Amino acid sequence: MAFTNEQIERYSRHIILKEVGAKGQKKLLNAKVLVIGAGGLGAPVAMYLAAAGIGTIGIADADEVDLSNLQRQIIHQTKDVGKPKVQSAKETMEAMNPDVKVITYHEFITSENILDIIKDYDFIIDGTDNFPAKFLINDACVMAKKPFSHAGIIRFQGQLMTYVPGQGPCYRCVFKEPPPKDAVPTCKQAGVIGAMGGVIGSLQAMEAVKYILGVGDLLTGYLLTYDALKMQFRKVKLPSDTHNCAVCGDNPTITELIDYEQAECDGVGL
Amino acid sequence: MNITVAGVKKEVADGLTVAQLVIDEKVETPEYVTVTINDDFVDHGQFEGTVLKDGDTVEFLYFMGGGQ
Repeated sequence: MAFTNEQIERYSRHIILKEVGAKGQKKLLNAKVLVIGAGGLGAPVAMYLAAAGIGTIGIADADEVDLSNLQRQIIHQTKDVGKPKVQSAKETMEAMNPDVKVITYHEFITSENILDIIKDYDFIIDGTDNFPAKFLINDACVMAKKPFSHAGIIRFQGQLMTYVPGQGPCYRCVFKEPPPKDAVPTCKQAGVIGAMGGVIGSLQAMEAVKYILGVGDLLTGYLLTYDALKMQFRKVKLPSDTHNCAVCGDNPTITELIDYEQAECDGVGL
Repeated sequence: MNITVAGVKKEVADGLTVAQLVIDEKVETPEYVTVTINDDFVDHGQFEGTVLKDGDTVEFLYFMGGGQ
């Protein structure tokens, strides 16, 4: 596949980087990334991936755009209120970059459909807002041997980690079970600064791009935490012994996907 | 003795347990925090019985569920 003149110009700031080059840009154009959740995290992730020329971007979300989303979910515009988020996200990505093929999944991810949805993708982004979905994505990615980026945001804080099969702990190594419903506050209950999705979501997009290019060090084995009020990032090393994990350990006790009770956040799953 | 908690070095009393440290550090939702000491996870059932040693590095990892 040869680049068109337009592509050479569009991706010139990538191609000039020795870590990317024409070869790396082709890898990006041939890559398939799935973004689960088209919200505060998913919006900036999807936009940066589209702008970067990720050739196939899947986007999954069962929700419609609400006016209260627009304070942070920058992929959606005021005119999109009421529209399925995946449709609005697709329109924005396609307008940004005609090289990108966007596949939409206007549905909740469940134990029934997730393995089928993730199977064709090279890298998965967890941009969901609830623990049942986060544990489901983790377990499915471990079982299907797919790399993924976990992230969470609340108030002035954010966190992320990257899972690559065989290269360090999974989300369940760190957090064994979802907390009971309403035990830990959600964004709707506690609020979140809009730019937090931009900070953490952009880092998730960066991890996906680095994974596809095969450059640098990923956040495997670490949890990166960000405290905006203290303006402090911390890269916290996670224990390296994953042998006892219930899903990615040597003798897993979780061998089938679990649909935990949905925590309340906007009344929907994703 | 000296330990490092969430990246900050502090002097604490000898014999300090993880359970007491969680209280002293005013950990939010302590029932759901993940604690690591050096390169190991500490199960919640071991908080009372785990006595910190000089030079230990302790981290508190919190559930963060938002995203939408």
